[in-house]
Amino acid sequence: MTTATDEPLLIAEGLTKRYGRQLGCRDVSFELYEGEVIAVVGESGSGKSTLLQLLCAQLEASSGRVLYRMRDGATRDLASLSEAERRFLARTDWGYVHQDPSQGLRMAVSAGANVGERLMAVGQRHYGNIRHSASSWLDRVEIDPGRIDDSPRTYSGGMRQRLQIARNLVTQPRLVLMDEPTGGLDVSVQARLLDLLRGLVSDLNLSAVIVTHDLGVARLLSHRIIVMKGGQVIETGLTDQVLDDPREPYTQLLVASILPP
Amino acid sequence: MKTALELANVAKSFTMHLQGGVKLSVINGVTFAAHTGECVVLAGPSGAGKSSILKMIFGSYRCDRGQIVVHHGQGHAQERTDIAAASPRQILALRKGTIGYVSQFLRAIPRVPTLDVVAEPLITSGVSRETARKKATELLRRLNIPGPLWGLPPATFSGGEQQRVNIARGFLAERPILLLDEPTASLDAQNSEVVMQLIEERKKRGAAIIAIVHDQAVRERIADTVIDMSGFAAAA
Repeated sequence: MTTATDEPLLIAEGLTKRYGRQLGCRDVSFELYEGEVIAVVGESGSGKSTLLQLLCAQLEASSGRVLYRMRDGATRDLASLSEAERRFLARTDWGYVHQDPSQGLRMAVSAGANVGERLMAVGQRHYGNIRHSASSWLDRVEIDPGRIDDSPRTYSGGMRQRLQIARNLVTQPRLVLMDEPTGGLDVSVQARLLDLLRGLVSDLNLSAVIVTHDLGVARLLSHRIIVMKGGQVIETGLTDQVLDDPREPYTQLLVASILPP
Repeated sequence: MKTALELANVAKSFTMHLQGGVKLSVINGVTFAAHTGECVVLAGPSGAGKSSILKMIFGSYRCDRGQIVVHHGQGHAQERTDIAAASPRQILALRKGTIGYVSQFLRAIPRVPTLDVVAEPLITSGVSRETARKKATELLRRLNIPGPLWGLPPATFSGGEQQRVNIARGFLAERPILLLDEPTASLDAQNSEVVMQLIEERKKRGAAIIAIVHDQAVRERIADTVIDMSGFAAAA
């Protein structure tokens, strides 16, 4: 569309990662715009999680680069940022939702502290305000604010995952990376989480990259799909296009392998 | 009447890799136009590629050959976009403001109540949640969906109720181009009448409608142009 003159939020250019002789992913390129959700699908070992870690500079690429448009409008190569700048981005402008919530939460401190910690990282110091934000975020992710002082150890798997999401979103990040956010949850809990994520993504105009092997999750949450196999992107397109009119043999196999309920 | 949509030499085939690479040619050389205020009905036997054409216009099927040109925007901001060559972002933008699609079957989302299913397209095009819900209520009432159902997810509704929820969802936001895949297929006479009235109102307000309708009476009432799809069968 000729009216869309806005710049991408994130650009991946030829991202390649080798682990010794083992290939993580090869030559992955795409652009992500504000408010856009991309699902990366493919079987285990296809390089999905490697890609996610490259995007937020948790891993260093063997070749290729990631460009990110900062809040001041300047697009910077992540590799050119200082370690401090990258950490600041990771704590404020980015969210990272792990499949296992205990990796994304601090299990030894209270739920409220888990959410408040990210606010303190962006400079908030007023205890009352922080507690108030934490409480309203718990409510927003459907956790009883009365549980604010409990440790996430006392939470169920679904609650932990929702707490992890609250912790990530409280600083109003522009980019959220999610690694199998619904993996390991039973289906009714999954449905609740998906519904919640769908609402949050559209209300907050978030950009997100969601790694999943569940095509139903991809259908529900994403605008576009990237299909990976053996570390490479084999097909991309609009979500309904890839799922309703899959072109590559492997994508056809993935789509044909879903068990209808 | 202005041109709203033009298809030129559109072709589509499917290659079934899981069936030894069998290639199914569906349609070839599809050429027609739809104008503002006009209802074009696609006719032809099952398997002639009617639904495929609607999906290609909506962008959920890829187009092998030809052009699907959408005219959109108003006054000096008139634009043309060829769906067959458009980027995903362009197609999403057209879906947000220009093209509406009522599929044959409702795709229900777990946990989302009927009212929100219907209101969603209006909310994504920038209308406030409150206004969208209010308008959704009016349309659901008009389509005879009982009030107690509005707060429930439509997954467990009857076929006819689901179809009416889907129609409400597709009609709520006024899109200049509306694609309808058998909108009255599982409706009784009373509800078919409501749908036909909705279609007539949209035509009066200048929408271009492309519909698949098997029912002869419905077709005669709403169609301005009938395109016989069997004329576009692909050479096997």
